[in-house]
Amino acid sequence: METKSIMIVGVGGQGSLLASRIIGNVLLSQGYDVKVSEVHGMSQRGGSVVTYVKYGEKVYSPIVEKGEADIVISFEMLETARCLPYLKKGGKMITSVQQIDPMPVITGVAEYPENLVEKLKTAGADVTAVDALSLAEQAGTSKASNVVLMGVLASKMDFPEEVWQNALEQCVPPKFLELNKKAFALGRSNI
Amino acid sequence: MRKLMLGNEAFARGLYEAGCRVVSSYPGTPSTEITEEVAKYDEVYAEWSPNEKVALEVALGASIAGARSFCGMKHVGLNVAADPLYTASYSGVNAGLVIAVADDQGMHSSQNEQDSRHHAIASKVPMIEPSDSSECKDFVKLAFEISENFDTPVIVRMSTRVAHSQSIVCTEERQELELKEYIKTPQKYVMMPAYAKGRHVFVEERTNKLTEYAETSPLNRVEISENAEFGVITNGAAYQYTKEALGDKASVLKLGMVNPLPVKLIQDFASKYEKIYVIEELDGIIEQHCRNIGVNNVQGKEIFGYIGEIPQSVIAEKLLCEKKESVSLDENIPVRPPVMCAGCPHRGLFYCLKKLGVTVSGDIGCYTLGAAAPLNAMDTTICMGASISALHGFNKARGAEAEHRSVAVIGDSTFMHSGMTGLVNIAYNNSNSTVIILDNSITGMTGHQQNPTTGKNLKGDPAAAVNLEELCKAIGIKRVRVVDPYKLSETEKAIKEELSADEASVIISRRPCALLKYVKHNPPFAVDNDKCVGCKACMKLGCPAISIKDKKAVIDHTQCVGCGICQEQCKFNAIG
Repeated sequence: METKSIMIVGVGGQGSLLASRIIGNVLLSQGYDVKVSEVHGMSQRGGSVVTYVKYGEKVYSPIVEKGEADIVISFEMLETARCLPYLKKGGKMITSVQQIDPMPVITGVAEYPENLVEKLKTAGADVTAVDALSLAEQAGTSKASNVVLMGVLASKMDFPEEVWQNALEQCVPPKFLELNKKAFALGRSNI
Repeated sequence: MRKLMLGNEAFARGLYEAGCRVVSSYPGTPSTEITEEVAKYDEVYAEWSPNEKVALEVALGASIAGARSFCGMKHVGLNVAADPLYTASYSGVNAGLVIAVADDQGMHSSQNEQDSRHHAIASKVPMIEPSDSSECKDFVKLAFEISENFDTPVIVRMSTRVAHSQSIVCTEERQELELKEYIKTPQKYVMMPAYAKGRHVFVEERTNKLTEYAETSPLNRVEISENAEFGVITNGAAYQYTKEALGDKASVLKLGMVNPLPVKLIQDFASKYEKIYVIEELDGIIEQHCRNIGVNNVQGKEIFGYIGEIPQSVIAEKLLCEKKESVSLDENIPVRPPVMCAGCPHRGLFYCLKKLGVTVSGDIGCYTLGAAAPLNAMDTTICMGASISALHGFNKARGAEAEHRSVAVIGDSTFMHSGMTGLVNIAYNNSNSTVIILDNSITGMTGHQQNPTTGKNLKGDPAAAVNLEELCKAIGIKRVRVVDPYKLSETEKAIKEELSADEASVIISRRPCALLKYVKHNPPFAVDNDKCVGCKACMKLGCPAISIKDKKAVIDHTQCVGCGICQEQCKFNAIG
């Protein structure tokens, strides 16, 4: 099969590393060759953070470039919009509607663009927008919005539920497992 | 067992499986996780050293004592460790000694983009370079064998993409090795001129033998494609990009051993094709080698340049004229640069420095973000420790006027790394400089590593803690004081007083990193809309939790940790 590419984007500290580990675990269990590329260091401090997941028969490059992403998963609207050029024609975007002002907006030198979901759809993107933060808070903590989005992703991929559940069990510390399973279920049933 | 592992994690697994016993490193992105991961194996002694020079000397000592040993660092760390490296090349090893140096192509988290292969060439130490996690593990094990067979340290060159990408690794059992016998051998380990002359002869002979080894080593691999119109010589992460972009359109010579480079292997491969492209990130070392050995049908740097990574899109565009379709919004998308976290103790300190308008000699760490808007409170950042020594030079050049309006800022870990020698210089050579140590009780930027001031070692066990106040006093600084950067007025007052004093001083700005798990946060603050007049005084702090909506300040409760500096800043008591 042709190599598939997933991009996970968000703001440093939103939990993209856990999300990529869950996806990686699911893909590995399905027998694919898998590569996951992360960013550590300075960008993690509140900057734009991008993680790449690639899978197929044989994966070479660990990174995803413009026009290559089959799926974009985003924790933040501005980052979703920033990521559009990476989306492959016919690719899917799954985004949280959460908005976090970047420093140029906070200091007033730039404005946060409005109606981004509509603009992305107008540009031809297949966008699924979810209030992941509210669903995460419903599950018990705002920190689980990453796992809510994993639930949404699961609904768009053809892997059995138990594979995702196993991945959650292996990637999430036991004391947060129930909470994250709830967040996952809320994401999965939201669509 | 088949597992997804980061390159760094697989590297650590390789150390474990190879029977490595002693590890000493200094953290630096993208190398840090090698040492963090290997520390999880009880069979391996692992420590954070104060800096890379100390770390490499520790690892060399352990190797001489008969234990397979390791030292890891980022590319600029090898500059610090260059002194022991160049002579360890002469002394050689007893048990194997492996050094990891992680380059940062693309400068994701570094102050320069140097190519560490130059150090390998100059020190005449073999360097090998994996291109995915599985190779990280296998190459490390082979590196120990090369080290012992050829009596040399071996450098394993990593890159950001190899270090921080996960790919599949099959783990194996650890090879438990006895300590090698230690025999006193001054001709080998006492590198004074009489003995070093003999060892230099050995080093040159060793390089010849290593070049022969490179001709047939499994580290170098030819992948012939029947459909190939041209050949590519490549290494490291660039190999993966090459395969992704070109598939079977090119035959590939993958060089896993990047110093010394083979001669005949390259000549034979290059003779098969009319055109050979060298795809190597950063400097044109392989390309130049090709020309040196009479292989002139190569092209590389004139196509791909010397800067950053060479991802698949660039290779496809340059060599195949192919470009992927892509759309973007007709909209200005504001950039999102990294920022100091909400509740970061550095924020209050930098706000005071900006307010006072002083010249700030900066250093390497999270606090380098003090250079960014809206604080803009940094004038220079060069390398680890340079804040203090460069401030002394700045003040010596510009005299008393500069001394009363300039400071150095440096973190606790960076101060222990190479800042304190600069402070010794200030005391010894008498400049009236003001040094601020930002003591957040951890090495922050690289992801929370312990250091000699934190009272814990790498494994998290209790350890001796350097007392910064006493250390500075012992160095000869009489004016040493501690402030809490969450208290803006107290901090500002202290900086003013020390700047006006007629002798050198140290201010320790002490408050643990807000991300540390043991730090208890206050409840988040909220803005009283009736009292907020929209003056934006709180916005000057550059806190990511505060924004303006409908002309009033709003605090994001998911980010705010209740540090309170915005409350002190608000003259209208609107924050509570």
